[in-house]
Amino acid sequence: MSTNESILEVTDLRTSFFTEGGEVKAVDGVTFDVPAGKTLGIVGESGSGKSITAMSILQLISHPGKIKGGEIKFRGKNLLDLSEKEMRKIRGNQISMIFQEPMTSLNPTYTVGQQIRESYKIHQGLGKKEGSKRAIEMLKLVGIPSPEKRLDQYPFELSGGMRQRVMIAMALACKPDLLIADEPTTALDVTIQAQILELIKELQDELGMSVVMITHDLGVVAETCDYVAVMYCGKVVEYADVRTLFKNPRHPYTVGLLKSLPRSDRDQEELTPIKGTVPSPDEMPVGCRFAPRCPFATNLCHEKLPSLDDVGDGEQIRCWIYTDEWNGDPGVKVYEPERTTEG
Amino acid sequence: MANQNIEQNTDHSEVELQAMNVKKPSPWKDFYKRLKRNKAALIGFYTIVFLSIVSIVGPFLLSMDPSDVDVINKFSRPSAEHWFGTDHMGRDIFTRIVYGMKYTLGVGFGSVFLGAIMGVPLGIVAGYYGGRIDNFIMRLIDILLAFPGILLALAIVSILGGSLVNVTIAVAIYAIPGFARIVRGSTLAAKKLEYVDAIRALGSSDLRIIFKHILPNVSSPVIVNATLYIASAILTAAGLSFLGMGAQPPMPEWGAMLNDGRDYIFDAGYIAFFPGMAIVIVVLAFNIFGDGLRDALDPKLKN
Repeated sequence: MSTNESILEVTDLRTSFFTEGGEVKAVDGVTFDVPAGKTLGIVGESGSGKSITAMSILQLISHPGKIKGGEIKFRGKNLLDLSEKEMRKIRGNQISMIFQEPMTSLNPTYTVGQQIRESYKIHQGLGKKEGSKRAIEMLKLVGIPSPEKRLDQYPFELSGGMRQRVMIAMALACKPDLLIADEPTTALDVTIQAQILELIKELQDELGMSVVMITHDLGVVAETCDYVAVMYCGKVVEYADVRTLFKNPRHPYTVGLLKSLPRSDRDQEELTPIKGTVPSPDEMPVGCRFAPRCPFATNLCHEKLPSLDDVGDGEQIRCWIYTDEWNGDPGVKVYEPERTTEG
Repeated sequence: MANQNIEQNTDHSEVELQAMNVKKPSPWKDFYKRLKRNKAALIGFYTIVFLSIVSIVGPFLLSMDPSDVDVINKFSRPSAEHWFGTDHMGRDIFTRIVYGMKYTLGVGFGSVFLGAIMGVPLGIVAGYYGGRIDNFIMRLIDILLAFPGILLALAIVSILGGSLVNVTIAVAIYAIPGFARIVRGSTLAAKKLEYVDAIRALGSSDLRIIFKHILPNVSSPVIVNATLYIASAILTAAGLSFLGMGAQPPMPEWGAMLNDGRDYIFDAGYIAFFPGMAIVIVVLAFNIFGDGLRDALDPKLKN
């Protein structure tokens, strides 16, 4: 794992949903670290379990979902051992979360001020006057002009980008140590996306917090993250620092993701999509989850699930190719870097 | 780049601020404006207001007492002296109807209020917590629903004894399932809203979420349901009194008066006619007002 001190260590986290069709393992043994002051990106397709992982960290999973096991250590303390009441003191205070849709993440019937004051009221017991003062400071911090006027406005009077700024102000009101951003820019247009990512980065430096950035956009990862965990079907398949991941991806799934991404710095004839689709939860392969779509898969891959192993340089891979048991072509090249245009 | 953005945003905000200066109608005015479009609902609304005022002020303006027996003038036809005539004991029917108004409205509002007080929390708890709690509560509600309304009320009144208060309680118990079901449904929808997740992620307690974010979302179906239920509560109460299980004589309750007039319906029909009409008018007023209210409170039907 990383050499830095970790603020959050998730080990073997398992979250399932118990539906009428049986148990759906949305998160199935997820392990990762968030080094203090750094940004971890969690990347994956829809349904890979990245949002459920985030919700599990804050224990916001509701019926019929359940956290079945594992460990979520925040500052050395296992969050899963805490009572609901103790957990409430952590939510919004030490760990905060921002959501994908700024249009629906704010209650349309309360003013911006009332909603930001909520954080101060819950965690610091501040009244309206003091709360408003702090709320104005927060709005200033997230770059909202004339915050005094904004305080009495309703969410529908603000643009999407503004609303996301308000969401960030709410989440950061109590200066948390860890911010979980669940696709914070997906619903915004491209220019606003860049602004919001920039803002999160600035605030991270200013407040010294760590960030978990959940996204399906590798562009966002490249721009903002220090470390990346790639998820597929409820499992982490590759964990690496961002430079290594983009320069030398090792897991066939990561390689597939990168190949299906248009890049401006490479000569690229055409994009290569990953063949097939994500398997549905009730017909999950017994071996490696990615085996049915993997161009290198052997009978070993189809029969046995590989474990998440260290491969040096703080990198972890869940793939048979990098183990001694590999029975396919020993010289297999999962990733061949294409020539860059800059030479 | 950041500075530029802020400048742009400032320009933007000026436009927004100007837009802000356009006066926003208050929620009440807005609501009344939409209600006004439905003429029938408006008539229902004013009828209810008028009757409520009459039930409070009326008794002070009348010279007669509802229990004044005037045997010489029994069975008088409607006249200038006795507007709606007198009954078999010579009591003035108009006076009795005015005095009876407060019982009718009292049973209507009282039972619905009681029913809502019990049904709304049940529905919220069932919808919000889900799982076994939901199952337990909703199966109890199903059991309640398995009895036909008037039969359940009859059973309760025969256990508790016949009086107007007991009728109110009986009708209230029958109102619980309606409220619980409607509220559970709205809570299920409200719980899934992203801002409820967001506020939970901020560390809000369940109670706080329920009161500040769920309750406002379920309030409009509750109000509509309550208004419509008042009408049927009044009918049920009048029915029970008609059967002799509710208001006891000489209370001027409309259902009981209807029963009094039953024996003379062919010779002196007005004894039953006026209380009957009174019930029809009140029930109709609540029904058309409730319908209009539903349209007015539905944001999808705005404009």
